[in-house]
Amino acid sequence: MSILIDKNTKVITQGITGKTGQFHTHAGAAYANGKNSYVAGVTPGKGGQSFEGIPIFNTVVDAKAATGATASVIYVPPPFAAAAIDEAVEAGLDLVICITEGIPVRDMIRTRYKMQGKKTKLVGPNCPGVITPDEIKIGIMPGHIHKKGPVGVVSRSGTLTYEAVGQLMELGLGQSSCVGIGGDPVNGLKHLDVMKLFNDDPQTEAVIMVGEIGGTDEEDCARWIKDNMRKPVVGFIAGVTAPPGKRMGHAGAIISGGKGTASEKLAAMEEAGIKITRNPAEIGKLARSVLR
Amino acid sequence: MKIHEYQAKEILRRYGVVTPRGIACFSVDEAVKAAAQLGGSVWVVKAQIHAGGRGKGGGVKLARSPAELKQHASNILGMRLVTHQTGPEGQVVKRLLIEEGADIKKELYVGMVVDRGSQRVVLMASSEGGMDIEEVAASTPEKIHRAYIDPMAGLTADQAADIARKIGIPEAVVPQAVKLLQALYRTFDETDASLVEINPLILTGDSRVIALDAKMTFDDNALFRHPDIVAMRDLDEEDPAEIEASKFGLSYISLDGDIGCLVNGAGLAMATMDIIKLYGAAPANFLDVGGGATAEKVTEAFKLMLKNPEVKAILVNIFGGIMKGDIIAAGVVEAARQVKLSVPLVVRLEGTNVDLGKKILSDSGLPIISATNMADAAQKVVAAAKAS
Repeated sequence: MSILIDKNTKVITQGITGKTGQFHTHAGAAYANGKNSYVAGVTPGKGGQSFEGIPIFNTVVDAKAATGATASVIYVPPPFAAAAIDEAVEAGLDLVICITEGIPVRDMIRTRYKMQGKKTKLVGPNCPGVITPDEIKIGIMPGHIHKKGPVGVVSRSGTLTYEAVGQLMELGLGQSSCVGIGGDPVNGLKHLDVMKLFNDDPQTEAVIMVGEIGGTDEEDCARWIKDNMRKPVVGFIAGVTAPPGKRMGHAGAIISGGKGTASEKLAAMEEAGIKITRNPAEIGKLARSVLR
Repeated sequence: MKIHEYQAKEILRRYGVVTPRGIACFSVDEAVKAAAQLGGSVWVVKAQIHAGGRGKGGGVKLARSPAELKQHASNILGMRLVTHQTGPEGQVVKRLLIEEGADIKKELYVGMVVDRGSQRVVLMASSEGGMDIEEVAASTPEKIHRAYIDPMAGLTADQAADIARKIGIPEAVVPQAVKLLQALYRTFDETDASLVEINPLILTGDSRVIALDAKMTFDDNALFRHPDIVAMRDLDEEDPAEIEASKFGLSYISLDGDIGCLVNGAGLAMATMDIIKLYGAAPANFLDVGGGATAEKVTEAFKLMLKNPEVKAILVNIFGGIMKGDIIAAGVVEAARQVKLSVPLVVRLEGTNVDLGKKILSDSGLPIISATNMADAAQKVVAAAKAS
């Protein structure tokens, strides 16, 4: 088992004719079972063409009807990316993973508003994507650093997720699924949503939760964990040293008005019984310590 | 992106938000002329810098005669204004706003930001205007009122009236306040703002509602559709190193420590700063080279870090995914040669083609200290900085 995606997931690449879309569709199709998973691409006006044997359609509705795909991944440039999410939601896909970085917040507010009451789950935007090791990879993470195993990983950051995975692998520990929820202030799944999925996934035995400064998502998740989580969770928050009011790369990573500091988040997590570390080099070891 | 108060007021007036009449000035002569043009007998001389807390720092003065105005203008222009937001080095005042005096009966607060929890714009308002809103939030949270704005309907008249009443606006003036608050939201929405703050919003003796101060910040991701706002950018208010970095697509922020950091990815970059601190030193900067770093980008990143005379050692921490280890290593070697690197350099490479990358580093003949993981890298760079 795993969460969100597995070897049977059929995925559409939105923005498949762009350089980034092609690069990562190629890599995704080459990973594990990917050849059977990447079944369609969408670029308006390019319907009827194909990319490495993958048929291209004008719309998500067409691609879904022809292939039975239930998920999409978006590599559309920022000015058009929110509209691409809207299209996938309208088409009734189960899951949309938006990799695009730099979408205006105003666009995302409207897109999230329109998603209310719809069944589609959104991961991202501005995220590395989701991987279920040895089965399927949807996103920009390097596949070869992963292997199948008992640890679930949820994180707002890309490379910091790879870092956590790298540490697990050094200890011989694989992952059930790794979910990058992205660094934007207005996004789809939160730590909490992903944590619930891991809680219900029989393969996942422990979860690594990597957060960063800004917002209160980690605190919200910690409160839920305290009352509901049946598996051990370990955590790290990046940005203890970040100065207030500055945007640290991610638009979401701003501490303002004393809210969203790393210390506040770490305190809330400890209070919920999450084992935390302030040392990013110790994330893997901490996860091993809570297994079994 | 931030703009000045006078620029924010220009934008707000376009949307129908009432502000005092005022004129932006770059010299004392202009200030004197502006006062004459505005007429009246009381003016306010306001330093225009991006940081808040200007009044407490001596950057806002009331003038009751042209002579007094001239005196204040010449004192404030060119002064190094220190506020709680500028840091101890302060910010040199190069622009003034001369405004007509206002008859303040009551000072209120209104602000709008994007609320991450509800994923909507939230209007925050308080009867406690003119003071630090964070203080109000901490000491008397019940005095802050909120309205969450439906992105399709906008701020409704009912919501605006409810907030106006809650912050103590007299019934007769509520319609005026509703108009102002709705105009404020339209400004926020249509300009892709990330923050609008009116502190204080005032009620005058003759029962008018006026935005006495204004602060606006914009979503950097949306600037592509607002060339008029981009034109308002004031480079004097920004860190030269950060401006230089943005030209090369690097995300850079100057900090107080002495260890330069070059990292790929924002989260890992913050974690790298944190681990340096954990091992007893402090980072000199935040620097994210992004996912698609080239040799040129890495070289520019080195130049930037080394412009800071405080830097005693550099840590490169790269977890290569798409970015291959050998390409990064080649970039680091080239950069170190080009800038004639004079401080110790610790490199930690992980991910795709890492062995090839490590070989390039060791074959370069440069005194590069190789690290096997993040902890090892942090220990080595802190030791190197202390020794140099």
